[in-house]
Amino acid sequence: MTDAPSVVRHWGNRIRFPRYSLLATPLQWVATLVVAVAMLPMAYLLWRARETIGSDHIDFLLTANTLRIIGNSILLTAAVAISASIISIPLAWLTTHSDLPGRQIWLVLGLLPLAIPSYLGAVTLTLALGPRGLLQGWLEPLGVSRLPEIYGFSGAWLSLTLFTFPYVLLPVRAAFLNMDPAMEEMARSLGSNRWRIFWRITFPLLRPSLAVGMLLTSLYTLSDFGAVSVMQFTTFTRAIYVQYGLPFFGRASAAFLSLILMALALSLFLLERRISSRLQHFRDISGARRPSKTVQLGRWKYAALTFCTFIISLSVLIPIVVLISWLGRHKPAYALPLDLPTLTQNTLGVAALTACLAAIATLPVAYLVIRSPSQWNRVLYRLAFLPNALPGIVIALSLIFFSTRHLLSIYQTLPLLLLGYGIRFMPLSLGSTRNALASVNLRYEEAARGLGAIPLRALWRITLPLARSGILAGMALIFLNVVKELPTTLLLSPTGFQTYATYIWNSYDEAIFSQIALPGLILIALCALSLIPVFAWDRLLRKGNGHSL
Amino acid sequence: MLVAGLLLSMISPNSAQEMSEPLVIYSGRSQSLVEPIFNRFSEDTGIPIEVRYAGTTELAATILEEGDASPADVFVAQDAGALGALAYAGRLAALPSDITERVEARFQSPAGLWIGLSGRARVLVYDTEQVTPDQLPASLLDLTGEEWRGRVGWAPTNASFQANVTAMRALWGEEVTETWLKDMIANDVRVYPKNTPIVQAAIDGEIAVGLVNHYYLYRFLAEDPSVTAALHYFPNGDAGTLVNIAGAAILNTSENQGLAQRFILYLLGAGAQTYFAEETYEYPLAGGVEPSVDLVSLAEIEVPDLDLSDLADLAGTVRLLTTVGALP
Repeated sequence: MTDAPSVVRHWGNRIRFPRYSLLATPLQWVATLVVAVAMLPMAYLLWRARETIGSDHIDFLLTANTLRIIGNSILLTAAVAISASIISIPLAWLTTHSDLPGRQIWLVLGLLPLAIPSYLGAVTLTLALGPRGLLQGWLEPLGVSRLPEIYGFSGAWLSLTLFTFPYVLLPVRAAFLNMDPAMEEMARSLGSNRWRIFWRITFPLLRPSLAVGMLLTSLYTLSDFGAVSVMQFTTFTRAIYVQYGLPFFGRASAAFLSLILMALALSLFLLERRISSRLQHFRDISGARRPSKTVQLGRWKYAALTFCTFIISLSVLIPIVVLISWLGRHKPAYALPLDLPTLTQNTLGVAALTACLAAIATLPVAYLVIRSPSQWNRVLYRLAFLPNALPGIVIALSLIFFSTRHLLSIYQTLPLLLLGYGIRFMPLSLGSTRNALASVNLRYEEAARGLGAIPLRALWRITLPLARSGILAGMALIFLNVVKELPTTLLLSPTGFQTYATYIWNSYDEAIFSQIALPGLILIALCALSLIPVFAWDRLLRKGNGHSL
Repeated sequence: MLVAGLLLSMISPNSAQEMSEPLVIYSGRSQSLVEPIFNRFSEDTGIPIEVRYAGTTELAATILEEGDASPADVFVAQDAGALGALAYAGRLAALPSDITERVEARFQSPAGLWIGLSGRARVLVYDTEQVTPDQLPASLLDLTGEEWRGRVGWAPTNASFQANVTAMRALWGEEVTETWLKDMIANDVRVYPKNTPIVQAAIDGEIAVGLVNHYYLYRFLAEDPSVTAALHYFPNGDAGTLVNIAGAAILNTSENQGLAQRFILYLLGAGAQTYFAEETYEYPLAGGVEPSVDLVSLAEIEVPDLDLSDLADLAGTVRLLTTVGALP
């Protein structure tokens, strides 16, 4: 493996071997089937929406209420994207261009919020900063009897900002790392001051990556269910969940709202894809560059350290400290029994299973687009990404509709839950699997076949082992996301099946906070542990491009 | 694939011991409240059960969506409204007389389609540190006043609250109820997912008063007698002090009618009724069991002039709550 990856990638894309068609035909069927299944929730929702739109409920649905939901969702999404950028730009700059003490540690701490599920983070924020929370308790001696309202927009905005800003941090950091210092130096030599250089040179160079990060954060915010529910702020996901729980026309309303949400999410997603594919080209053509010079912070060092400490205290320290402070508290007799081995087994089991199944399912799609990039295979590859834009609650709802009417044998069973996870998270491993396969020199596979191996054997013995780290990174990412996922688990779990996510949610629902502490800490630890392989194995990520997250 | 199969067998819920088909129960009552008595039924009778816990209204919606294919045998609901709605939709089986004769007629369906298992009163829980007894409102209608701005909690997704609104519509009429709901929202009423967090919020001082069922506070008191909250029963038959039931019904699509009846009979037996009286602090409705001494007796509560069958128009209530924006 002495070839530079970029050269290999071009080979993979350009050279076609007609004899591969033997392998391609059955594989193509499999890939087509995989993508068809992935498209099912979207297609079925559209199909089902006919009933709603044809019915007399439609006037009722198009009320001020729906407009308010759309307004709330857009407002929250935009606010979170902006505040996440305001946090991420300085943090990214400090960890790449400055002599901030402990740069690497701050970076790791800055990525840790990814290990905190938004609902758990939001619960801890209400316990810490709520009207009668931990902070108020500390301030009581100073005469503070009540803190400002956290429920509603402010709480949803705060928690989503704190737990999603790494989605901006990663691409922005990558942009800083890839930035050629020559332009800034030239501007300086022409007499521009730092501020002017930032706005005229640095920021424009940053903009595409920033846009990608903001759109990723927006997508996350739009599909978040836990934090907005805890903070009682009505966005699409919360409204869909409530309407889903109402008899009569509730399900129709939920389907209708899901459809609008799907349209909104898909447009954000397509926009993100567009910008990031341009970004990819932009990076490929820029040639060799020198590393940037480290800026001496001087007395600004303390300000920078205060900033970093503040952000990390809110986003990492508060959740952990609050959970620990609730650890020893009294558990009421009526608390739900806490069976840690079963919860662990269930959580890790479904996450590992989904990761394995999704990796197997993505393989044909990713393989074909590399080895036989026909029009059809490229369309399949692009389509397979779409479900990632769909909020979990939308996929779950659609699968419930579908299975109760057409596939009752899997309704309320584990396979349906796995299908829901799989469809939602499969795209997460698609990109890294494709890139990993692309970096394998086709000649090795050819050599194996020249020595008499059948195509599948060559793929199994040569290509897959070489592409292993990229595929494993994708699987780790799926694993992490399944462990964190709440709405899909809540809606699709078989009767009596509980994971950490649903156990924590149910205990919160009953206001038994002491029962959240231990499972919450374990859940965060599990997520943090599964972040390690995500970053260690994905070469693209290691370079700092957070795209596949 | 081998690994996948192994994992699958590891996490699939009690696949090994599924000797006979379990009785499938959809429980709209909280797991923490009823799981112990459900498990006791299973232990005493050897009948395996499978319980799906969710909101009462959500499960009613699920049963309607599932149609004839519903896996549920029994529906345990936390109010009469959801049961009435399923009865109206023609989804419930008639209960035999050995069940219906155990409970007073006013606590069951007139057509014998559902039956009350325990009684509960709608009350106002209040934070005794913020509110003195003389400041308490005489009627739900008073809660829209300026002095209650941002200090009241409710749970519009909760079935018991929805039944309460159905009662208001029956007692006050549509217009007054709609105005009241709008005024409550304009008065910054605080939204909670269900009763327990409302009581917790009143104890914590997050709210001053909240619309809840009576028994939740007793569970908190049993844990810690020093909690600073108390219950207020509205006087003069106000819509705020409704007596409702938690009840059960058997789906007419169930192929387990016999076992389902045994389950309901068990819950009406002296053992289960004592559990409801002593453990969950509800009013027992059968078996000659007396309510806990801590409770205000049912006879003392000045209930409004309503039948539980008046609460069946859940559809109308849900529509109204959505129209005014109480439900998103």
